[in-house]
Amino acid sequence: MSALLAVSELRAGYGAVRVLHGVDFSVDEGEVVVVLGANGAGKTTTLRAICGMIDGQGRVELAGRQILGRKPEQNAAAGIAHVPQGRGTIVDLNVVENLRIGAYTRGDKEVDADIERWLSVFPRLGERRDQQAGSMSGGEQQMLAIARAMMARPKLVLLDEPSLGLAPIVTQMLFRTLGDLNREQGVSMLIVEQNANLALGIATRGYVLETGTIVTSGSAAELAGNDEVRRAYLGI
Amino acid sequence: MSLFLTQLMNGIGNGAIYASLALALVLIYRTTGILNFAQGEMALYSTYLFWYFTDRGLPVIVAILLTVVLSFIGGAVIERVVIRPVEKSSPLVLVIVTIGMFLALNSIVQVQFGSDIKTNLPRAYPRHVWRPGDVQISTDTLVLVGVLILECLVLYLLFQHTKLGLAFRAVSSNPESSRLAGVPAGRMLMLGWALAAALGALAGCLIIPTLGLQASSMQSILVFSFAAAALGGFDSPVGAVVGGLIVGVAQSLTTQYIKSLSDIVLVVPFALILIVLMVRPQGLFGSRRVERV
Repeated sequence: MSALLAVSELRAGYGAVRVLHGVDFSVDEGEVVVVLGANGAGKTTTLRAICGMIDGQGRVELAGRQILGRKPEQNAAAGIAHVPQGRGTIVDLNVVENLRIGAYTRGDKEVDADIERWLSVFPRLGERRDQQAGSMSGGEQQMLAIARAMMARPKLVLLDEPSLGLAPIVTQMLFRTLGDLNREQGVSMLIVEQNANLALGIATRGYVLETGTIVTSGSAAELAGNDEVRRAYLGI
Repeated sequence: MSLFLTQLMNGIGNGAIYASLALALVLIYRTTGILNFAQGEMALYSTYLFWYFTDRGLPVIVAILLTVVLSFIGGAVIERVVIRPVEKSSPLVLVIVTIGMFLALNSIVQVQFGSDIKTNLPRAYPRHVWRPGDVQISTDTLVLVGVLILECLVLYLLFQHTKLGLAFRAVSSNPESSRLAGVPAGRMLMLGWALAAALGALAGCLIIPTLGLQASSMQSILVFSFAAAALGGFDSPVGAVVGGLIVGVAQSLTTQYIKSLSDIVLVVPFALILIVLMVRPQGLFGSRRVERV
């Protein structure tokens, strides 16, 4: 297996405030990788730097090519689909229009068929195809954001705290869906989360990010068994 | 009664112009979140171009088309060169920038084309007045309303039935997520300004020949258009059109029936803006943004 995404010595921040002090990790083809970390550890900053929403230094390689310094829309076209924190649905557009925007970078004729496919994968969205995204519940919007990301037929999906603000039962269903997508579609995912329990449940490997550096890494099982991780993120 | 209907028709004709410019204001407000105080002067510059072309002997229709195309390009350039560098600044900065453009364009036309009134602007169509019964309907009204309907139709098809229009609406609503999905947001903002400039150019080419062209020609028209956009809601294209027509009719009826107002016509739009801001700040069709998170 080759590294689909390889991040090395990634440094980034906002103005004079440096948030990431050299972050290294990788995501292999077909993997679900989870980055755990508390508030302020730099999880969101990491994803924003990878997709080009903020400037960063170091290397971020997608399938061997440096992508740091490119614009978000270029990275989207290159196969990175980012589901930002707070879901990032386009609230004034309806469900189908949101999905269509997800396929913006595609030029093929199968967009309509794909829309129907994702509406059947997420029946709740299928029932609300003409409803404005802004009027849907948090869980529905999160599903929509994920379905929109999948519409791009991405190589890699970045998910920024998908469980944020969702009821526990919705979160469980969400992670089950993400696991299914990974197994059935083979889509690679990079998930940053505080909810370590569920995230590790579907992950292949994981990293722990603390104040801008990776402090621990290992397989999902290793991390779940790591005493420090258990204390800090699993609440055990 | 026939006087009332005649004034009503006149009002609708003027209202169509306010509606066109209000549409332009809405396009820019929805994409870049800016109240474009320079909208009128952009149209003014375009109209001077139109005058220049016809003065050089170009046929009227060709001159209008050329003006609209050049204005479309000019609008895109203004977004890229003037607005883009400051787009992340505070709303106050953006307002000052558009007021700066207002003053700059107003001075540029006087330097470039002279400050005398141009009265020799050709009309795009012959003037004719029909008199069904005692009501008077002029070709001005019909053409202006016809053009407005055409504009609405084109914009509707563009926004609701093309991939480009969908991307434009996505960027208006959520630029960040749109870029993450691969939509080139910058180009959509340029499109918004380009369309606005083109709408203004068309409005200018059609209305100014009836008024005479000078540096102040667009200023009161812009005030009426702001009133129209405020009335309809700055984020609503439908509101802009309805607002424009209401303002136009209100203007012509009040000046007809309230003699004391006939010399101070601008009271009407200001009063409308004031009332709207007090009673329904988001405008008749504007949306107060409600979002579940």
